[in-house]
Amino acid sequence: MELIQLAVPVLLKGLWVTAALTLVSVLIGFNLGLGLALMRLSSNAFAAGFAKYYSNVFRGTPLLVQIFIFYYGLGEVSLIRDNAVLWWVISDGSRCAVLALALNTAAYTSEILRGGLMSVPAGLVEAAQACGMSRILRFRRIEFPLAIRQALPAYGNELILVVKGTSLASTITVLEITGYAKRLMSQTFAIFEIFAIAGVLYLVVNLLLIAIIRSIERYLMRHEAQARQAISTPRIDGSAVI
Amino acid sequence: MEFGLWQVWDAGWVTAILRGAAVTIAVGLSSMVAGLLIGVVCGLIKWARIFPLSLLVDGYTSVVRGVPELLVIYLLFFSSVEFVTKVITAFGYAGLAESGYAFVIAVIAIGAISGAYSTEVIRGALASIPNGHIEAARALGLSGGRIFRRIIAPQMLRIAVPGINNVWQTTIKDTALVSVVGLQELMRISYIGANSTRHPFIFYLIAAVVYLVITLVSQAGFDGIERLLRLRARR
Repeated sequence: MELIQLAVPVLLKGLWVTAALTLVSVLIGFNLGLGLALMRLSSNAFAAGFAKYYSNVFRGTPLLVQIFIFYYGLGEVSLIRDNAVLWWVISDGSRCAVLALALNTAAYTSEILRGGLMSVPAGLVEAAQACGMSRILRFRRIEFPLAIRQALPAYGNELILVVKGTSLASTITVLEITGYAKRLMSQTFAIFEIFAIAGVLYLVVNLLLIAIIRSIERYLMRHEAQARQAISTPRIDGSAVI
Repeated sequence: MEFGLWQVWDAGWVTAILRGAAVTIAVGLSSMVAGLLIGVVCGLIKWARIFPLSLLVDGYTSVVRGVPELLVIYLLFFSSVEFVTKVITAFGYAGLAESGYAFVIAVIAIGAISGAYSTEVIRGALASIPNGHIEAARALGLSGGRIFRRIIAPQMLRIAVPGINNVWQTTIKDTALVSVVGLQELMRISYIGANSTRHPFIFYLIAAVVYLVITLVSQAGFDGIERLLRLRARR
């Protein structure tokens, strides 16, 4: 009981840091990922090649290595040390973690969105072209809404990976749930209890994210829900006849 | 002082890094094997819905997949460290504690994580085997073990290959996390190199390149396996 009174407020303090890290890096990472997915599908060979290599490099190396390169490594490069803005970004652990997480999730997001964009039927895009829609209007009205519906379940998994990725920020001095949990473990020696409390916090965050994604999915797919109802009502009658 | 690739080579860091890479691959392979064993057993339990066990497996996979890997590693490492050092010194193998112990804990931790993901992959592969195949085998009077060996396992493995590829890629990347508990693998060696030479950029960059080579080579290998299996399916 005493332990819970000691550990829960500390870990809740970490929860906010974890949530903030997740939110900022997802916001940046989603937009970057969308840009990369468009580059990957563009006819410009240089842009497509860059996006491909970017995603291979970031998906092929551990996040921990990326975080260490940004936090410990980049400070050595004089070009970055002399630039005030870049130095401001990498001089702080949490900003550095956000940078690494955002760039990392951008790579995964670009693959997910690319799959979604490729699943848009070519006929629909051609029809929009035939209607005289401009490229931007076509993307906004036809391609993106269809792609995001396809990509949403996979993107939900990626969000959970980002939440889990924020735990690595504890290796570069940022105290979030895992960072506080490690400190509490070495202070109290109640290792399993601390793990359980921290684990529950992570599970709550993940369940919340899943619930949000599900509700967005249901909102986007509301036409199908109505259609399914319309079909299923007569089918029940039909089975009664048989 | 300019510090480049030549200085890394000159100071003998290359052999250290290669040894670290070998440890990384060894940890990755051992935990992948452990994870696949866990995955097949738990996947079968989940697929067949063996009542009390399937609840346990559900708990295991959702906890391990929802909680950061680092936290799982801290749990296993901190909770075992006292116990194991006591046992080892009691048996008089104090020297062994340095090298073998961290490796074993790393394999247990990464294997448990990789096992949770493998379970889902195997369960998905099992679910996509047509029920009629198993019923037909049962109608022919094959025993349970033989149905598994001749009907379920070959199809399951073929369907599971792309998923196993994904699990392997995450497993090899997760091995970087055990560096925080002191196993001398690629990441730890780079950390030591970065700290002792005070040139972190080049050491972490080399580590990134080595990881990239490992993942790209294994990706090519899995692509080859998938092509092989596809050809055989077509004939």
